Amino acid sequence: MLLTTLILGLVLGGTYALLALGLTIQYGIARIMNLAYGELTLLAGFALVALFKGLGLPPLAALLLIAPAGYALGWVLYAVMMRPLVARSGGTGRLEVDSILATFGLLFLLQGIMLVLFGANFTSISYLDRGVDILGVSVALNRLIAFGICVVVGGALTLALTRSRWGLVMRAVALTPGSAPLVGIDVNRIARQGFALGTALAATGGASIAMYQTFSATDGVVFTMRALIIVIMGGVGNVTGALIAGFALGLVETFVATAIDPGLTLAATFAIFLAVLLWRPQGLFGRA
Amino acid sequence: MSFLSIENATKSFGGLKAVNDVSFTVEQGEIVGLLGPNGSGKTTLLNLVSGALPATSGRIALEGHALTGKRPDLIARAGVARTFQLVRILPSLTLEENVMIPAVFGTVAHWGAAAEAVAREALETVGLTDAGRRAGDLTYIDQKRLELARALAAEPRLLLLDEWLAGLNPTELAEGIALIRSLRETGITIVMVEHILEAVRALCPRCVVMNSGTLIADGATEKVLSDPHVIAAYLGEVEDA
Amino acid sequence: MTRFLPAPALALLAALPLWLSDYGLGLMIGMVTYVTLASAWALFSGHTRYVSLATVAFYGTGAYTVAVLNEALPYPLVLLCAGGIGAAMALVVGLSTLRLAGVYFVIFTFGLAELVRQLITWYEVNVTGTLGRYIFLDVTAKGIYWQMLGLGALTIGLTAWIHRHRLGLALRVIGDDEVVAAHSGINLARTKLIAFTLSATIITLAGAIASPRWVYVEPSIVFNPTVSFLTVIMALLGGANRLWGPLLGAVPLFLLFEWLSVDFPDTYPIFLGLLFIGVVFAFPNGVLAGVESLRHRLKERRA
Repeated sequence: MLLTTLILGLVLGGTYALLALGLTIQYGIARIMNLAYGELTLLAGFALVALFKGLGLPPLAALLLIAPAGYALGWVLYAVMMRPLVARSGGTGRLEVDSILATFGLLFLLQGIMLVLFGANFTSISYLDRGVDILGVSVALNRLIAFGICVVVGGALTLALTRSRWGLVMRAVALTPGSAPLVGIDVNRIARQGFALGTALAATGGASIAMYQTFSATDGVVFTMRALIIVIMGGVGNVTGALIAGFALGLVETFVATAIDPGLTLAATFAIFLAVLLWRPQGLFGRA
Repeated sequence: MSFLSIENATKSFGGLKAVNDVSFTVEQGEIVGLLGPNGSGKTTLLNLVSGALPATSGRIALEGHALTGKRPDLIARAGVARTFQLVRILPSLTLEENVMIPAVFGTVAHWGAAAEAVAREALETVGLTDAGRRAGDLTYIDQKRLELARALAAEPRLLLLDEWLAGLNPTELAEGIALIRSLRETGITIVMVEHILEAVRALCPRCVVMNSGTLIADGATEKVLSDPHVIAAYLGEVEDA
Repeated sequence: MTRFLPAPALALLAALPLWLSDYGLGLMIGMVTYVTLASAWALFSGHTRYVSLATVAFYGTGAYTVAVLNEALPYPLVLLCAGGIGAAMALVVGLSTLRLAGVYFVIFTFGLAELVRQLITWYEVNVTGTLGRYIFLDVTAKGIYWQMLGLGALTIGLTAWIHRHRLGLALRVIGDDEVVAAHSGINLARTKLIAFTLSATIITLAGAIASPRWVYVEPSIVFNPTVSFLTVIMALLGGANRLWGPLLGAVPLFLLFEWLSVDFPDTYPIFLGLLFIGVVFAFPNGVLAGVESLRHRLKERRA
């Protein structure tokens, strides 16, 4: 039983980790606290389902369309909505409050659109759900695929951020946005890229989740909440931290769901959040 | 027992020791200059005293009462006031309201007409008029004066000035020096971080110098300023020809 | 002149039920409820800029407390319990987040309503076995209206009193610069905690008072996210840091919401979302502040 929990928890955690990656990048690099993150995730999920049911497009192929579309959407959102707020805040803490409020409005807007287009019912697809034997535990193939996507994307992103020049520029902006222009970095462009990348990751995560899970248009808040807590746990802007925290949360939720009660997973998540707040608010891996 | 005693104060940020085992004392009524090149840890040390940052180790005490580990509002109520390197005024409040704050929430806890009187007196001392204006509309030099007025309205026993005279033209500088000199008569103790040597010579009989987090000199101003270590810290080592 | 307006206006509002139809009274109850919610929200979030997204967490808790206790205790005691529970919840949230940067508070309140809803659902399904509950109280619509009017007047009165009291000054300073606030002797955590608890308790009581309108109550009914959303946009629109701002925002927006939700039952969230974003962009400090700066500029031009 423990092995089942462990394996299923890690698989779930992989998806959570990917989800949180996008948000930690948006908050860490673009300084936008995006409360509509869950809705962006769901949009991608619905898109996957629509492409599968409507055009018979296999999910993996759909993913190749959805991720870039997510990037484009994030690019537009930043340019139209966030950039004016950044300009208005003039580098003070005002941006955080403004972005919270603006994305709170965006949350309702997107949720409203999804309710109109897809209704309030639960949606799911049935795709590759036969079981695969992992160390004696039967895991659905679609979950494994989703996990695989997350590991690949997460790993690639971590490598890119730590080894490439592009990654260095990104991290510079995240650390000291005030000094970055002094070395010739166009902060606005990098912030926009960061935000768009975050949305692309949200889309990838959402599409991956849609492969194996049932969801509805009103699930956004719970997704966002999970991503937020993982981001805080891992330390804002800390990619490795987000990955580890994501896996940890996946394990905890699976354990609570199997050993205690599936209805208490959000409560468990909040309990962890509370513990982090009281003990180490800068995150388990953040700098003091 | 000294008025202000700093014993082995240390502040680390990860691997960097911004303040490294600094110790010195200040007697009541003294005006001490805190000098050092940029990045030497002077502002960090002030932050440790005012409680803006927690010390990693060491002990800072005011008249024997420990300040280390206390919240900034408790330290403020113990009689410590400060100005900030980058002026922090409250733009949405009026001048009078800005200055009133420490009078209202400080040790004496004035309210109403009494608080307004303290505020107006402090504003007069720094030379600001028209207390009903919005603080957001002030010029830079007036903002600095407002911040000093706010610090004075706290009726502090220890005043920490963080490069308060920076960015002033010669006339304003002379006025500023005269203003700080006039504070001496109130018996207040002042520790001032400063780069402008003219001001330091005019106001501080004693200086302490920091470099890269450590204290490298502590003594009479002229002696300290001609100390070869101090000169080397500012200008770099002079190689023997 | 404006100082003498509230009293006769309040008397007029109290007398309204004598001339209104049932529908009109229902409308007035809704409007006064939102005026109360927006004003209570602004009491804390308006000045400190700590955005609370948890309005419905407290509102729903108040309503649900009535649903659980209405047959066990007399009505005034039920209200007292509701207030107590709201205050306790506020203390939990406040003690864990208000000592940290504002974003932690926002995140906690963001998920709070969902958490409370899920906890109550789990408890009802697994422990008590009754998911739906009934409120059979002898409170008329007029009674609800007068109670809510009283609570609303109390809230605005309390806000006015706080403005003139040290607490109001402390909250404004905290909103502008917490470092300066702390260095001036303000106990940040305690000040924020007091204001937030006051705000949350009022919101919980509003939920309790309004609950008899429902008769049948279920967690998914009382924890409707739209309540949190509307409260914030109403306070923002009018001006969250002005005394009459929330009221000025609540009245027109409530009427707009009523009209939209009836005529566009499926698409109104889209309109509201767009409106919310619009308010954040166009009136960041609220309409009242906008009018004030316009007057200021006209005065300067004339001078």
